[in-house]
Amino acid sequence: MDFDALISGLDRHTLDGITRGSIYALVALGYTMVYGVMKLINFAHSEVFMVGTWTVLGVYTVLGATSGMGVGAVIGATVLALLAAMLASAGTALAVERIAYRPLRKKGAPPLIFLITGIGCSLVLVETFGQVLKAFFGPPFGRVTVNVPSVIETKVVFTIPGLDLPVTNTRLLIIIGAIVMMVALDTFVNKSRLGRGVRAVAQDPDTASLMGVNQERVIMLVFVLGGAMAGVAALLFTVQYDITKFDIGFIIGIKAFTAAVLGGIGNLRGALVGGLLLGVVEVYASQIWDSSWTDVTAFIVLVLVLMFRPTGLLGESLGKARA
Amino acid sequence: MSQISDSIRGLQIGNRWDRAPKWVRSVGLLLVIAFAFYLPFLNVLPFAYIRTDLNPTGSDWASVLFLIVVYMIAAVGLNVVIGFAGLLDLGYVGFYALGAYSVALFGSPSSPVVEALQSRFGLSDEWAVPFVMCIPIAIAMSLTAGVILGAPTLRLRGDYLAIVTLGFGEIIRITARNLDNVTGGAAGITQVPVPPGPEVDGRSFFNTIDAERWYWLALVILILIVFLASRLEHSRVGRAWLAIREDEDAAAVMGVAGFKFKLWAFAIGASVGGLAGLLFGSKQQYVEPNAFMLNLSFLFVAMVVIGGSGNIVGVLVGAFLLTYLPERFRELQEWRPFAFGLALVLVMVLRPQGLVPSRRRAAEIEDRRHEAEEAAADA
Repeated sequence: MDFDALISGLDRHTLDGITRGSIYALVALGYTMVYGVMKLINFAHSEVFMVGTWTVLGVYTVLGATSGMGVGAVIGATVLALLAAMLASAGTALAVERIAYRPLRKKGAPPLIFLITGIGCSLVLVETFGQVLKAFFGPPFGRVTVNVPSVIETKVVFTIPGLDLPVTNTRLLIIIGAIVMMVALDTFVNKSRLGRGVRAVAQDPDTASLMGVNQERVIMLVFVLGGAMAGVAALLFTVQYDITKFDIGFIIGIKAFTAAVLGGIGNLRGALVGGLLLGVVEVYASQIWDSSWTDVTAFIVLVLVLMFRPTGLLGESLGKARA
Repeated sequence: MSQISDSIRGLQIGNRWDRAPKWVRSVGLLLVIAFAFYLPFLNVLPFAYIRTDLNPTGSDWASVLFLIVVYMIAAVGLNVVIGFAGLLDLGYVGFYALGAYSVALFGSPSSPVVEALQSRFGLSDEWAVPFVMCIPIAIAMSLTAGVILGAPTLRLRGDYLAIVTLGFGEIIRITARNLDNVTGGAAGITQVPVPPGPEVDGRSFFNTIDAERWYWLALVILILIVFLASRLEHSRVGRAWLAIREDEDAAAVMGVAGFKFKLWAFAIGASVGGLAGLLFGSKQQYVEPNAFMLNLSFLFVAMVVIGGSGNIVGVLVGAFLLTYLPERFRELQEWRPFAFGLALVLVMVLRPQGLVPSRRRAAEIEDRRHEAEEAAADA
């Protein structure tokens, strides 16, 4: 127990936690939307994120991007990487839906089976980067941690007055990027015609299809949107941590799902609240005890919240997001 | 009747078995059991091709058989939770680890717990809790953990149970790794006790060389567990589980206390998992946290579901395939997880009811398929 370390750097640790939590929140969106519409935990979503990080690495490698480029080149490379990661992640999510979930839906299989095919897909994707691609192309693929070039050089942009807390450009990018994406998605689901379809299916699939909503299309849309958000998260993750690895999605996926449940699964704003809260709690816990207890703390917080508020902090239901 | 599908046709062997006279079934069962006991010595070609030690890099055949049976025990236990009661437990490895750690912590003379007891009560350095006493301790520990975990979470919706149990499995492993002064930390615990037995050739009866004795021991326990589980399935408790699985609200209306029976399933599954872990730890004579990674939980669930959840024979087949195949094709080392993932997706998409489905489950799925088709036709 070391509360001094926590208190003395409270502002710094909070910022750390918010950065980490922003990434959780973006990944959590994919879980929460799929769950809201299909009542299904998409176990392969963590790998959708992982594919995104590799895509960022691929784009940087093709462009020959490294640290220390001019401002224009940095922005260009980052935007390209962002778009490619979003595309690749959304494509992966869609492929998972097509291969692992749609045939089962047609057969009316029980929910447990979806979970198993999800785990199977997740394993296939992990091993594709850990083994299959290595067998064909060699490094950087394989079971090792790979460095992603830090294209954006970390610089202190401003210092929060009073707290004497320096804020770097990468942190700023992550937090602002995450919030912008979440607001965009929230607006899309609440305001647009397609978003209304998503909410309708989440509320009552049968009635929605009677009202002319194409359920299959909504499901595809949800996977694409969730995948794209995971792609954004992948870019932001590489910006902050400069690495990728074949099994990098696993822990982040579990944390993101925990965040989704914390905030109230199926609830988009809940994902943000849950993600940020989880990130901050984890960083605090790693200061009070040591970092090897981080994961335990995250799960204990989850169990406590579920015991006293089983629907999560903000309540569930994508359908009732804005009735 | 024109639409008899593959899933129903696949049950014909089961039907013929059920219709056979009682003596045929008894003899058949005895033959299967006798064959299982003979397996370690199987040396007649072409049947011996199933052995895993045909080339020098292969794994010891009797040890593989032992592992298969231990996983079968775990799978039968998990089947009580998933197959009978319909609860998704993704942290089963936690109970398995608790069983292994109980026998290690209380039975090994060099474990921190035993050392603390030694110095507290002034016992000799060789003193430890005897193996036979470790069995009730292991079962009690995993059972208690099952109740402690189940009591708050079984009231929640099923999907949350998945994530909470997943967390539990990780918490057990991380705690075992981090609590150096209780569990030995990452280094683990050595000198885990073995079952008592007469000395043969100057070695104890259960030793690291004669793995077939471990296999026979595990087999006896497996037969016992399978017998108990199948009696349980057809008991009042088993019928209550079935009712809850099918429709919890309807069951509650009929006076079946959902929570109570779910907790029962959870506790029974947990204690069987603990027993399997105990066997594993004792055979290894060494317990360390990395043996209990989360992947093992997924493997256990996959055994139950691929085999045919709810059907004990199916679960045994699933556990056999998922343990045996990776060992048999050891030379493909690096490709095994990929093949495993691919197999999970393919088998489940093509045969959602599992390889050897429970009759009732197959009928349920068939029913739902028709409903899904009708709904699709309507739309």
